[in-house]
Amino acid sequence: MTTSNMQEYVTILIADQLFGIPVLEVHDVLRDLKLTKIPLAPAEVAGALNLRGRIVTAIDVRKRLGLSQLEQEDGGMSIVVEHQGEPYSLMIDSVGEVLTLDVNDLQPTPVTLNACWKEISGGVYRLEDKLLVVLQIERMLDFGGNSTIAA
Amino acid sequence: MDDLLSEFLTETNESIGIVDTSLIVLEQDPSDESHIGNIFRLVHTIKGTCGFLGLPRLEAVAHAGENVLGKIRDKELTVTADVVTIILEAMDVIKDILATIEETEEEPAGDDADLIARLNAVAFGAAFAPVEEAPVKEEENVPEGSVSEEELEAAFQAAEGPDDEVSSGEVSLEELEAAFQAAEGPDDMPEPVAESKLEVKDEETKPVAEKTSKEKASKESSIANQSIRVNVQMLENLMTMVSELVLTRNQLLQMVRGMDDNEFTVPLQRLSHVTTELQEGLMKTRMQPIGNAWSKLPRIVRDLSHDLDKKIDLVMRGAETELDRQVLELIKDPLTHMVRNSADHGLEMPADRIANGKNETGKIVLEAFHEGGHIIIKISDDGRGLNSEKIKKKVIENGLASEAELEGMSKQQIQNFIMRAGFSTAEKVTNVSGRGVGMDVVRSNIEKIGGTIALTSEEGQGSTFTIKIPLTLAIVSALIVECCGERFAIPQTSVLELVRASTNSSSDHTIEMINDSPVLRLRDQLLPLLHLNDIMRLETAADEVADQSNVKGAEEFIVVIQVASFVFGIVVDRVFDTEEIVVKPIAPILKNLSIFSGNTILGDGSVIMILDPNGIAAMSGDAAVSSDNSEKDETKLSQLQDEKTALLVFRAGGKDPKAVPLSLVARLEEIDVNTIEDTNGKKVVQYRGQLMPLTTIDDSVSIVEEGRQPVLVFSDQDRTMGLVVDEIVDIVEDTLDVEMMSDREGFVGSAVIRDKATDIVDVGYCLQKCFGSWFGAQETRPFGHGNDKQKILLVDDSPFFRNMLVPLLKTAGYAVTTAENGVDALEKRDHGEHFDIIISDIEMPEMDGFTFAEKVKGDERWHETPIVALSSHTTPGDFDRGRAVGFSDYIAKFDRDSLMSALTQTLKASGSAK
Repeated sequence: MTTSNMQEYVTILIADQLFGIPVLEVHDVLRDLKLTKIPLAPAEVAGALNLRGRIVTAIDVRKRLGLSQLEQEDGGMSIVVEHQGEPYSLMIDSVGEVLTLDVNDLQPTPVTLNACWKEISGGVYRLEDKLLVVLQIERMLDFGGNSTIAA
Repeated sequence: MDDLLSEFLTETNESIGIVDTSLIVLEQDPSDESHIGNIFRLVHTIKGTCGFLGLPRLEAVAHAGENVLGKIRDKELTVTADVVTIILEAMDVIKDILATIEETEEEPAGDDADLIARLNAVAFGAAFAPVEEAPVKEEENVPEGSVSEEELEAAFQAAEGPDDEVSSGEVSLEELEAAFQAAEGPDDMPEPVAESKLEVKDEETKPVAEKTSKEKASKESSIANQSIRVNVQMLENLMTMVSELVLTRNQLLQMVRGMDDNEFTVPLQRLSHVTTELQEGLMKTRMQPIGNAWSKLPRIVRDLSHDLDKKIDLVMRGAETELDRQVLELIKDPLTHMVRNSADHGLEMPADRIANGKNETGKIVLEAFHEGGHIIIKISDDGRGLNSEKIKKKVIENGLASEAELEGMSKQQIQNFIMRAGFSTAEKVTNVSGRGVGMDVVRSNIEKIGGTIALTSEEGQGSTFTIKIPLTLAIVSALIVECCGERFAIPQTSVLELVRASTNSSSDHTIEMINDSPVLRLRDQLLPLLHLNDIMRLETAADEVADQSNVKGAEEFIVVIQVASFVFGIVVDRVFDTEEIVVKPIAPILKNLSIFSGNTILGDGSVIMILDPNGIAAMSGDAAVSSDNSEKDETKLSQLQDEKTALLVFRAGGKDPKAVPLSLVARLEEIDVNTIEDTNGKKVVQYRGQLMPLTTIDDSVSIVEEGRQPVLVFSDQDRTMGLVVDEIVDIVEDTLDVEMMSDREGFVGSAVIRDKATDIVDVGYCLQKCFGSWFGAQETRPFGHGNDKQKILLVDDSPFFRNMLVPLLKTAGYAVTTAENGVDALEKRDHGEHFDIIISDIEMPEMDGFTFAEKVKGDERWHETPIVALSSHTTPGDFDRGRAVGFSDYIAKFDRDSLMSALTQTLKASGSAK
C-alpha cells in the first residue's frame, strides 16, 4: 500500500455521528467562542468571531444538517476551515482523533440519506465500530445564495 | 514647475523607457503582436498629451512616430531593424526635448523636419521609396529572425544614401543618445539632430559625448527620481496593515487603562505615538490634491464649448484641497460627468442667455473645501436650472411616481428625481429638462464611498450640486449602539445627531405613533423612526423587556441619520461612544445582506457588524424622494420672509385632504374603538382621567367598527375634544392662504397646500359642536344684548387667522370687519368707519401693530376705541411696549377664552357698550 492513497482526517462528532475533514483543510480548533450575532443572516450562520484579528464567520453545523440544537449552553468546539480565502468556523460538538484512512476504502454516499446530508457528504468510511462521513467543506458552505436566506 | 508638466515628464520618461524595451523585443521577434499595441498606445498618449500641453515640436515627432507604428500595427509595414531604429531615434529626440523642458520648462526651439520626413517616408514610403524597399527586400531574402542586426543596419545604411544621416544605423543606441545629449546644450540647441550627426561622425568626440551623456542622464531623470511610483495596491495593503496596528494598539490601550502603574504603560505610549504617526504618514502618501481629478476638465470644457457653440467659463477653486487618492479615483468620473452635464445641458446657448439678460459667457464653478472630516465639492452653473414641470412629466411617464404622489412633493423633491435610477437614460431628457443622463450612476457612485449628493436648482438661475464625501475610506469613525443586547456600529458620517426620547411625555421628545409607525417631532421636522430591532428582526427575550419598557415609558435613543437627502431616526436601546474602526468586508455568503456595509473588531476584541445607512434607508422606503433636509433648511430660511404655518394634513370623509394648523392640535391619538362610550347622545372616551367628547367634521365621517380610531386631540385649558379622522396623512409647512371661503359648516375655507386644494377645518366649529358653551360662558358673553351688534375691526395679515377668528367672533355675537394691516385699517378710519373695539396683530407687513396703535391713539377719530393686541409673541417686553403705545390688552393668539373675556372686559371698561 502506498502512502499516496492515505488520507488523514480530523474526526469530529456531531449528534453522535462521526464526521471527517481532511486534516490539511483544518486551520484551527477553537473552543469558548464569543460570537457576535448577525441579524438577518441565514439561519445556518451563527455569527462572527474574532480569531487573532481575522473575522471568522461561524456556521452552525447542526442547523445546516437539520439537527436540533445542542442542549448544553456552554457550546462545543469549532473547527476553522478556509473557503475561497475566507475563514469559516464550523460549530460542532467535539473533536476526536486524527485518523489515517485509505482513500480506496471510501464508500459512496448511500442514496437514501436525507437530502442535506447527501449534499455535504463526500462518502463514507466503514470504521470498525462506526461509520465516518466525510464532510465536503465547499458543499457545506454552499447555502448563501439559496432559499435558506431569512425571508 | 507646473504640476501637470512635471507629471507629464515623469510619465513620458517612463513611457519612453517602456517603448524602448518593447521595441527591442519587437525587433527580436517581429511576430509577437502583443507589444506593438502597447507601443502604439504609449506613443499615441505622448502625442495626445503633448498637444494638450502645447508642445508642438514633441507632438510632431510623436505623431510621425505614431504613423509608423500604426502601419506596423495594421500589418502594412514589416518590423525591420531600420524601422525600429528610426522609431528609436524619434524616441531619443523626444527624450532630448523632454530634458530641455525639464530644465527650462519650455520646448527647445528647433526643427525635426528631417526626422519627421524620414519617419513619414517609412510610414508612407512616399519620397524615400528606395530607402524602404531595400530593407524590406533584405528582410524577404533571409529567413525570419536569422538576420543579424549588423547586416540589416548595413543594408539600411547602404540604401539610405551617403548624404542622409549615415551614422544613424551605425552607432549603438548609447552612442546616439550620447550624441544627442552632447548636442543639447541648455543654452543653445538650434538643431539637435543635425548637430548630433556631426559629432557622431567625428570619432574623437565620442568619449567626450559619452561622458556628457552620463551627467546628463542623471540630470535628465531628476524629476523621476524625486518621486517613485508605487503600486496603489501596495499602499492599500500597507494601509490595511497600519489599520490593524491601530486596532491592536487600541486594544492594548483598553487593556492597560484598567490597571494603574504598569510596566507596559510607557512602551505602550511610545507604541501609540509611533502608530499614530505611521498612520498619519501613510495617510499622507494617499492624499492628493483634488486638482488632479480636475486637471482634464478645462480641456473637456474647452472642447465642449467648441462643439456646442457655447461660451463657457470654468472657474476652479480649492484645487489644492487634498483627499484620499482612493476617494479621488472614485469621484473623478462622476465629477467629469457632472461638469459635462453642466456645460452640455445646464448652460443655455449664448443667444438665449443674452435674451434672458445673462452674460453671454456661461459660468461653471467647481469648488472644493474641507468641512469637518469631509470634503465638500460644489459644482454650480448659472444656466437654465431644472424645470420641475418637465421632470414631473418624465417621472410620470417612467412610472417612478404617480401624479398624486408628485402633488405632495416639494420642488426639491421633484428635482431630486433626476438622480433616481430609471429616471432617464434617454437623450430626450437632455433636451427637455436639462439633465438626467446618468445622474443616478453619479449618485450611486458617490453613495458607494459614503458620500452624499444634494441638488438645488432655481429655474432660470442655474443649478448647484453639492457633494459631501469622507476624506478617507480606510478608517472610519463609528458610533456604537446596542439593541436587544447586540451591538452595532453606525458610521459617524451619516449620523446627524442623537436624541433621547421617551414613549410617554416625561422628556422633551416623545415618540408618537401614526398608524403604528413611530415618528418624532424634532424641532420643525417630523422624523420617521425605525426600530433597530424591527429592522434586524431581533426577537428575543429582550422583546418582552422592550414591551414592558414601552408601558413604563423607558428612555430610548434615537440616532438621527441622513442618507442623501433622506433623514430618519433609528431607535436603539443604548448608545456607547464612538470608535475608530477599520471596515472589513463581510463574508461572501452574507453579501446579500444590504444592511451591513461590513464588520470590524472592536477594541475589546469582539466582532461588530457595521450598519449601512444606505441599505437601511433603501429597506425603509425611498431615500430620494422623502423628507429633505436641505429643503428644510431652505424652509427655515424662507420662513423668515414668509410666514409658514405647520399644518396637519389628514383625511376625513372623502378623498380630499383636510388640514388644521398643527399648533391647534394638542396630540395625535389612536383610540381603541372598544373604549368609546355613549353618554348623553354623544360619543366619549375616557382620556387621561377625563371624558373626552368625540366629534366628526360632518356626517360623512364614521367611526371605524373595530380596531383603532385615529383622533386629533384639541385641548384648551382643562377641556379636551377628539376629532375623528380617517387617516393622518402628513405634516407640512406651507404658507396658509385661504383662497376660498367655505359656506359649509365646519370649514374655514380651502387653501392650496402642497399644490393641492385642501379644506381647512374650523376647529372653533368642532369645539362648539362638542361644547356648546365653549365660548358661551356667561361672563364672556358680549357685553350688552342690544340689536346693535358690537363692531369689531380685526387687523391681521394672516388670512388664516382672519378666517379662523371671524366665525368665532361672529358666533359670539359680534359684527366683524377685517383689515389686512395697519394701513388698510387706517383707510377704513379715513372712510369714516367706526368700531367699538379693534383687535390687532403685532407682526404685520407695511405697518406693525405698535405703529398702528400709536397712529390710532394719536388721532382723535379713533382715539377712544380700545385696541386689543393679538400676537403669538407674548414676552413681558412686548406686553409693556403694547401697554405703552395704547393697547388695552395683550392676548396670545390661540387663547380664545382670554380673547373673549378680554373683549367683554375691554368693552365694559371703555363704556362704549350699548
